[in-house]
Amino acid sequence: MLSLFNPTVAWITTRATLGRKRALLFAIPAVVLIVVTVALRASRPPSRPWPSHVLGTFGFSVLLPLTALIIGCSVLGAEIDDGSIIHLLATPVRRSSVIMTKFAVATVLTMIFAAVPELIAALISGGGDTAPVIKITPGSPPVVIPGTAVNSTDFAIGLFVGALVGAVIYNAIFVMVSAATTRAIAVGLLYVLVWEALLSNFVSGARLLSVSHYCLGIANGIAHDVSLGAGLTVLTSVVMGAVVTVAALALAVNLLSSFTLKGEPA
Amino acid sequence: MTIELKGVSRWYGNVVAVNDVTMSIGPGVTGLLGPNGAGKSTLMHMIAGFLPPSRGELTVRGGHSWRNPDIYRTVGLVPERDSVYAFLTGEQFVTATARLHQLSDPAAAATAAIARLDMADVAHRKITTYSKGMRQRIKVAAALVHDPEILVLDEPFNGMDPRQRLHMMDLLDKLGSEGRTIVFSSHILEEVERLSGTIQVMVAGRLAASGDFRAIRRLMTSRPHVFTVRSSDDRLLAGTLIGRPAVTAVELSRTGLQIRTSDYGAFCRDIAVLARDHGIRLREVQPTDESLESVFAYLVAD
Repeated sequence: MLSLFNPTVAWITTRATLGRKRALLFAIPAVVLIVVTVALRASRPPSRPWPSHVLGTFGFSVLLPLTALIIGCSVLGAEIDDGSIIHLLATPVRRSSVIMTKFAVATVLTMIFAAVPELIAALISGGGDTAPVIKITPGSPPVVIPGTAVNSTDFAIGLFVGALVGAVIYNAIFVMVSAATTRAIAVGLLYVLVWEALLSNFVSGARLLSVSHYCLGIANGIAHDVSLGAGLTVLTSVVMGAVVTVAALALAVNLLSSFTLKGEPA
Repeated sequence: MTIELKGVSRWYGNVVAVNDVTMSIGPGVTGLLGPNGAGKSTLMHMIAGFLPPSRGELTVRGGHSWRNPDIYRTVGLVPERDSVYAFLTGEQFVTATARLHQLSDPAAAATAAIARLDMADVAHRKITTYSKGMRQRIKVAAALVHDPEILVLDEPFNGMDPRQRLHMMDLLDKLGSEGRTIVFSSHILEEVERLSGTIQVMVAGRLAASGDFRAIRRLMTSRPHVFTVRSSDDRLLAGTLIGRPAVTAVELSRTGLQIRTSDYGAFCRDIAVLARDHGIRLREVQPTDESLESVFAYLVAD
């Protein structure tokens, strides 16, 4: 395990990633999430299911992957773009350790810039309590079904854990995409907006291959909140998440091993 | 031989960048010369393990370089692109490289490599503040930090001023005489005038000529040339020039003179002296067809 983490690579990667102007972007999705949460909290009662939708569905399928995209592409893609990766690759350091180290750095940064804000927003929202439902049947008096009161601490912890897991899986994917193509940001953006944000939420079969639904499944395992709309069980989510992560990282190592320098400029 | 190429070709789609190259590179300095687009970089990338040959066999110390990071224990690479971790200081960059090579004393190795490149004074500065020549040298220091047996430099003289260039040539000569295998590429023949060793000339993807630096240099200075000259008295100048042994033909036209010479250097000296002695004012002395391609084509044809 130790050989998979190279402290020198981690040091260079962290300095390069946080040193770029792009680093300012890391915080933008988090700021948006917290501002939206504060605004909704001020204007609506917390018993409405909006915290689950904003923090769960929107948080896991848009904000978390966007942060992971920017960071995951920064740790490897930016170095491939500007060519400085060659100084790292012209050494006997294992390619697996380059990938795993960069993945680890990206995951930790994503946890800081996305999972922690998710926790803060969940605590602000006071979410978890689903609204009571008034059931009206013709010919009989209305029946009030009380909302399933979810402990708001459980809700916050569930979302936090979901986001932590999401940081791991999303970064494995984006590090792999960075190793595969120089247009990693564009490819990643397309994947987030079309697959995670759109299809996985409207096509139920797509859930099995959707990272945001793995996150929701795991979050729901702790929060037990129906309005999170989790379509997968905790077990399925954990197994599928692990499979995707391992496959993406293995592919990334293989791609980086075949890293080629481009021919002469024409 | 430390680096062996047997029938190596590399193509991109329909474009052949390197065409059936066979060569052996041993200890000492070897220059890979040729005009831009001749396939030098492609060949350098294949030697350095960052491109697989499409066909043929390429070995570095008996092993393949493609997908084999272990070769970097004995190979140092100075890439062409001027991209370093510019946010680090020179010293941090070289020390980090030493750590990546898992040297037992990275700091000492870095200090030695930096001193070797004459960079001790500026090693504490961030690389962002370096000139192009300084960046080139810090890259060489990083490539030398693990004391490699083989050093591969892609266009190392790019962006260097004449003094830095001489310093670099002396260093390469010294490294070569220590028994290391030094391979560098360059597209400017004049740049490498001071080096001794062998050169391999590439033109249009093929290995066109190989030989000793001195022989190539002689060819360079005595190659035939065509000059266009305009002066205050073209007819008088034509008459005096034709008497010089270096001049083989003079053509007088309304726009000026076309002069063929068999000796570039001698002609340049002659025309200046003749013009002064005869009180002729030179308005233009322009070598025509001075493209690198034509120079290399001449060398290859010989």
